[in-house]
Amino acid sequence: MTRTPWLTSLGVALAVLAATTTGCSAGGRAGAERVEVSMWSHSAGNPAEIEVINRIIADFNASQDRYTVKPEFFPQAAYNDAIVAAATAGDLPCLLDMDGPVMPNWAWARVIAPLDLPESLTDQFLPSTVGRWNGRIYSIGYWDAALAMFARRSVLESNGVRVPTMDRPWTKDEFDAALVTLKNAGFEHAIDLGNYDTGEWWPYAYSPMLQSFGGDLIDRGTYRTAQGALNGPRAVAFAQWFQSLFTRGLASKSPTPDRQDFLLGNVAIAWNGNWSAPDAIEKYGEDLLLLPPPDFGEGPKIGGASWQWGLSANCPSLDGARRYIAFSLKPEYVAAFSEETGLIPATDAAAALTEEYGPDGRLHELVGFSREYAVIRPPTPAYSVISSVFEKTMQDVMNGADVQTSLDSAVDQIDFNLESNDNYGL
Amino acid sequence: MTARPGTSPGRSRTHARAIERRSAWAFVTPALFLLMLFLGVPALLALGLSFTNARLISPNAPEFTGLENYVRAFTSDPVFLRSLLNTFYFAAVVVPVQAGLGLALALLVNQRIRGVNIFRTVFFLPVVTSMVVVSILWTFMYQEDGLINSMLSRMTGGLVEGTAWLQQPSTAMPAIIILSVWQGVGFHMVIWLAGLQTIPAELYEAATVDGAGAWQRFRNVTWPGLRPTLVFVLVTITIAAFGLFVQIDVMTRGGPLDSTTTIIFHAVRKGFREQEVGYGAALSLIFFVLVLIVSLIQRRLTRENT
Amino acid sequence: MATIDQAPGAAVTASRTREAGPRASGRVPLYLLLVLLSLFFLFPVVFMLVSSLKPDDQIFQDLGSGAAFLPVGELSLDNYAGVFDRVPAIRFLLNSVFVTVVTVLLGLFVNSLAGFALSRMEWRGRKLILALVIATLIIPFETVALPMVYWVAKLPWLEFEGLRPVIEQGWLNSYQVQILPFVANAFSIFLFAQYFGSIPRSLDEAARVDGCGWFRIYRKVVVPLSGPVFATVAILTFLPVWNSYLWPLMVVQEESKRPVMIGVQYFNQLTPAWGETMAYSTLITIPVLVVFLSFQRAFVRSIAASGVKG
Repeated sequence: MTRTPWLTSLGVALAVLAATTTGCSAGGRAGAERVEVSMWSHSAGNPAEIEVINRIIADFNASQDRYTVKPEFFPQAAYNDAIVAAATAGDLPCLLDMDGPVMPNWAWARVIAPLDLPESLTDQFLPSTVGRWNGRIYSIGYWDAALAMFARRSVLESNGVRVPTMDRPWTKDEFDAALVTLKNAGFEHAIDLGNYDTGEWWPYAYSPMLQSFGGDLIDRGTYRTAQGALNGPRAVAFAQWFQSLFTRGLASKSPTPDRQDFLLGNVAIAWNGNWSAPDAIEKYGEDLLLLPPPDFGEGPKIGGASWQWGLSANCPSLDGARRYIAFSLKPEYVAAFSEETGLIPATDAAAALTEEYGPDGRLHELVGFSREYAVIRPPTPAYSVISSVFEKTMQDVMNGADVQTSLDSAVDQIDFNLESNDNYGL
Repeated sequence: MTARPGTSPGRSRTHARAIERRSAWAFVTPALFLLMLFLGVPALLALGLSFTNARLISPNAPEFTGLENYVRAFTSDPVFLRSLLNTFYFAAVVVPVQAGLGLALALLVNQRIRGVNIFRTVFFLPVVTSMVVVSILWTFMYQEDGLINSMLSRMTGGLVEGTAWLQQPSTAMPAIIILSVWQGVGFHMVIWLAGLQTIPAELYEAATVDGAGAWQRFRNVTWPGLRPTLVFVLVTITIAAFGLFVQIDVMTRGGPLDSTTTIIFHAVRKGFREQEVGYGAALSLIFFVLVLIVSLIQRRLTRENT
Repeated sequence: MATIDQAPGAAVTASRTREAGPRASGRVPLYLLLVLLSLFFLFPVVFMLVSSLKPDDQIFQDLGSGAAFLPVGELSLDNYAGVFDRVPAIRFLLNSVFVTVVTVLLGLFVNSLAGFALSRMEWRGRKLILALVIATLIIPFETVALPMVYWVAKLPWLEFEGLRPVIEQGWLNSYQVQILPFVANAFSIFLFAQYFGSIPRSLDEAARVDGCGWFRIYRKVVVPLSGPVFATVAILTFLPVWNSYLWPLMVVQEESKRPVMIGVQYFNQLTPAWGETMAYSTLITIPVLVVFLSFQRAFVRSIAASGVKG
């Protein structure tokens, strides 16, 4: 114990480790005087998206010799933690992707900077792919997503369920009856709502149903209260119907992870996004139907505005970051994104380059859903609170909580946040 | 070491005193500085922030709001009240079960039989397995088509059909309790063991000579000798139980239906994830008061003992 | 502070107070009970190790039988390869090793110095400081964690770009934010003070007559006699640092500084691939198991020592 050679060897090991670790981080920018432009993305769970992003970055880095974009990928569930911490430290990466509806919060907090891209460029993009706050553009996306009711023609027809169209979507009663029929036809559950997922999926997937019922997440007249919108009779009708899907066994509280239920034939219908279309096409081919969402009263609705790219206000190389964004908006990349991921390209020029979304593509109709049905989630800094409150509330409802009490409590929580922030100056 | 002849004894003594004082301060300064920086300042900050509407990221300066955060916690935040309740529920089960099971294991492995060290090691093994890994592992085992249900079904010949344990409000917390006890009990077994070893063998010998049976020996010799250990074990488990976070964050994120949200999990959700750091600080302080109460009870109990 | 006079660590090793072994007839049920309990404590770990070697469908297929705990069927290291393929797991391991080792070593030095001054030196303010240090024991980390995020985000740090010193604001995404808050530890100081207090003072006197300074006394007289307490403190600080989750969850986001526990949870959140997740879990459990099995006695002694406080 008096002589401690292990301590010495440990010290040496430590020194070596320290040397190698610092060596690693410095090694990247050896040689030229390139400025590093850091980038974060939420796509760690999605190899196809990573592939395209890396391709754009490689092309951009090769196209000039002043900037090197360096990406880092996070799992979606952890991404919010990462952004919150980094914003707290004033240490956000130059380039970051954000889910469209949370963008206003960051713009309000002044941690992201306006893009200042030429209008001739941004005008070509679908309105729901351009994120605006107080009249300025803070974010832009390569794509939008659209939800659809995935189903199989053979299953619907053999059970006598009418195949809906954009001209004549299912009504609420028709849809409900179809679910009951399909459940009785021997499926484990009639529909997979995707509720295995947590986080933003909940408001993204289910608040459009609420809106189709005639409710909303917030009073869009003033953006100062959720009273009436989220707990009025129409919202209650929505939540009761949603709850009944589970109590009647039409949907499962714990579906198979990874949206497998529809592919495994456990369910007849899946409320799913176009990003899942390629897998479903591969599995069911011509039998697959991508149907418009039901009209619960106020017309069919789907969520608009998805993940978009923005710039942090404290970026030391704003110029490089802006150049990267402008570079990455080329039709070929927007199209490539769509080809690899199945997402709806944000510009017509890009759509024409894709197989699926071109005029003769199998997914062409989804572009129509995006244009006709998309509702943007409320552009208010309070959205992050609204989102988590709505998710929690709907999970409670799914698990059998009293509907009116849950919705009233949700309204209280949202209004409290609005009040304690002086309505975010709205 | 060479001897250095001193000057006059009186001066050298004062001189030595001064050196001793200066050296002592030099020795404690690094630790004190770090404690102040990473415990003192944040603790004061917690207190200060809890009276404001501070947000982690905001263009506006925090405003003083008095006791509003505390009022909100107890009057208009049902999830917090649920978190308090869940935390107490967790502690109320885990504390006696883990302490009792730990003692039973300690008594078992305190016997002079062959191979007992191996069993000791095995019981202790989960303690060195990180809680994150344990939580991931048990999440997998608790799945509807997971290991637990397969074993249940097999052992009962298909009679018992398990459920998705972590997705049911009624079973999620008990499921977390089981894995928490599984992970932590070895730690307290060792502490009980240390307590057992401090009881002098002569007492047992004397009791045996007096004709006492095993149960009487336990009642009259072992148990009284374990009083100080008991207090320590109960307090450490209680404080650890109050701080329940990792299992929740990894396994259930507070759900289903808030059935597993806890004080610390809720504080992190509000204070960090939703950026309301002022409110989160208030929740942290409420947690602190709970721990303080437990510690004060501990002090009283230990005083009575000595 | 019930037993300050007793050096920690003495407790468990003594076997003199063990109860006499049961008679032979009672042993069979006793062993049966011990074995059953062992199964309860071992089965999840064995399941993890075994599953890490199997492809996912094999794992599920084996669940219903004893095969779930046996390395049978299609075995390979593919899951491990898969982990390395998808994330820089080695990097996370190195980060954790670095953070843990530095925290423990700095902690041993800083806390033992303070413990030395508080137990073996006479100076005004000693009692006050000791009381203050002990008082901080009552503040749980969870209480200060949130405000500390706010706080460390504003602390300055000196960095070198080449040879040029640069002052950076904010400690997030760094090694120091994972290390420095956990170096000074009131409980470690207390353990050191308690142990050092039990070493005869006459040794110091002798050294001082020889003209030794205080630091030399610490280094040449006290430290060499205090192996056990250094081992105890090292073990008690090693585990929580290696396992830390709540703190790095909030303050470390960049991959280059990420520790293993955050790494494995992120991995767990990706598309579920249970075989790979089990492989990853095994990977970060093995180092601790190896350390534990090689220093078993010291582990047990340390934890026993933590129980002797009060």
